[in-house]
Amino acid sequence: MNSPSAAWRLEQRSDTDLALVLTGDWDAAHAGQIAPETVFEEIRRHAAIQRILLAAKDLGRWDSVLMTFLIGLIDRCRKEQLEVDTAELPEGIRTLLDLAYVVPERAGARREAIRTLWLAEIGKSAQRLWADAKGFTRFLGEAALAFAALAFGQARFRRVDLWLNIQECGPSAVPIVTLISLLVGLILAFVGAVQLALFGAQIYIADLVGRGMTREMGALMTAVIMSGRTGAAFAAQIGTMNVNLEISALRVMGFAPMEFLVLPRMLALILIMPVLCLYADLMGIIGGGLVTVSFFDVSLMQYLHRTQQAVHLADFLIGLSKCAVYGVLIAIAGCLRGMQCGRSASAVGDAATSAVVTSIVFIVVSDSIITLICNRLGI
Amino acid sequence: MAKPVITVENLTLAYGDFLIQRDLNFTINRGDIFIIMGGSGCGKSTLLMHLIGLQRPAKGEIFYDGQNFWRSEPGDREKIMRRIGVLFQSGALLSSLTLADNVALPLGEFTDLSPTQIRRIVSYKLALVGLAGFGDYYPSELSGGMQKRAGLARAMALDPEILYFDEPSAGLDPISAKRLDDLIRSLQASLGATVVMVTHELPSIFAIGTNSIFLDSETKTAIAGGPPKQLLAESKDPKVIRFLTRDQENRPMPDAGARP
Repeated sequence: MNSPSAAWRLEQRSDTDLALVLTGDWDAAHAGQIAPETVFEEIRRHAAIQRILLAAKDLGRWDSVLMTFLIGLIDRCRKEQLEVDTAELPEGIRTLLDLAYVVPERAGARREAIRTLWLAEIGKSAQRLWADAKGFTRFLGEAALAFAALAFGQARFRRVDLWLNIQECGPSAVPIVTLISLLVGLILAFVGAVQLALFGAQIYIADLVGRGMTREMGALMTAVIMSGRTGAAFAAQIGTMNVNLEISALRVMGFAPMEFLVLPRMLALILIMPVLCLYADLMGIIGGGLVTVSFFDVSLMQYLHRTQQAVHLADFLIGLSKCAVYGVLIAIAGCLRGMQCGRSASAVGDAATSAVVTSIVFIVVSDSIITLICNRLGI
Repeated sequence: MAKPVITVENLTLAYGDFLIQRDLNFTINRGDIFIIMGGSGCGKSTLLMHLIGLQRPAKGEIFYDGQNFWRSEPGDREKIMRRIGVLFQSGALLSSLTLADNVALPLGEFTDLSPTQIRRIVSYKLALVGLAGFGDYYPSELSGGMQKRAGLARAMALDPEILYFDEPSAGLDPISAKRLDDLIRSLQASLGATVVMVTHELPSIFAIGTNSIFLDSETKTAIAGGPPKQLLAESKDPKVIRFLTRDQENRPMPDAGARP
């Protein structure tokens, strides 16, 4: 059907009365371009006008575009003290207009965009930071109390939850840890080999890979994987429980969320991280061995022997204790963000993101501190 | 003579500087089905959160059997909380546990019952709310009404003296809502429990409420209280009348609002 598109015209009815006649299809497809302002400009040209009569002739299809146009125009006219008469409009449009005006806007309901000074912004950020720090400290304190309760055998949580979490953190993460640490070992070997081969000292690739993996990379890569895999999952799980009021329900039933939800998750990570780290070390050394043996003219026995000489127990212990620390930090970050989660779906997403960011920051900062301490102590 | 279970004195509810309700005074007697009503957003659920100990009042006192709830030692407070059961609006079942595990959770932790006894109690409670045989289902596998009933089974797990309900019939079809009302009333009658219910469902209010308080969002305090039918018959406050009659002009007979 070829319908006429939206049009309007002004008709002078008397000295003080002006009629606005709408014709054609006033829907989103045809009338989206007509702004109430342009029509109002036109009305303003008739200086003596006191009353606007709204009328429709041969009006075709119409939808909310027409309604918003009319509301915009009526608001504008009333502001300029022009009387608006809707009597000539079709009944359906009149009813909808009445509905739009029947409940007056609640005073103060509209949120004004308040322009804040940059100084105030800085102050607010500082306040947020302070509140964040307080929340973090409180969380640490509560976690410590929960561990104390555990030590005295009074912590209330389901033992089976601990096993489920251990399974979720440990065995399920093995494939990804295998892949990543194998590749990291491979990369370490290649990077070192290029330089070492210049001196014909390819055999020392074993030192580089062995010590690099055990002291540093094994723990670090495991921690990064676990923060993305498990830390985010903790935040999302606890956050969703918060949204569903499950945490409130737990509280009412007499369970402390710190003991019931946070404790088993933290324990699981702390127990499982060193084990995963040990496995990652092994995979890294195998990865380095693959490169050394296949490309750099070193036999497997030579590589293994050299690795044995280069890597000491202290290296392993440093790596493992680092990883235990990372485990605690990831668990803290994940559970903290989950507990702080707001009450909406997007808040859960934010909590998961924030958990990963927080734990990676924690990991890198604590790594620097531990490395510095080890360096000072000469181990 | 009715015995007061919960007494609220000069209670003021606020989030920071934002006042929700102030100067609330009321008494809930043993065996009451006490309705907290009022328009949307007037602070009904917030009041509930205060009564069940999830939020600390800005001012005022809450007494359970004469014992000041918020000024008690944490251990004593826990003992009071052990006597109450709460059904949250959405059920708030732990989504990672089956229905049976949800109901068994408080039993396993706070009683010395053997696993067999716990299993028996769980299936009994589920049968009470009409969910016999659903013990191995997860909450997400059930309809909203079933989740609510399962939440009720969990709230009743420890045979509490006081049951709290947050909008129990919201989101249920009229027949399920009526069944839930009947269930609440028969549980109350047979267990002798006290029921406190937040709702704005008129049929529920008139059908089962024995006492009530009406919160107003404009004056930010309670503007009426008493048995709902009596309120409808005698109240002079236009706000209360409009609420209880769905804004109809003529005041119907008290029974007209109740479900047949």
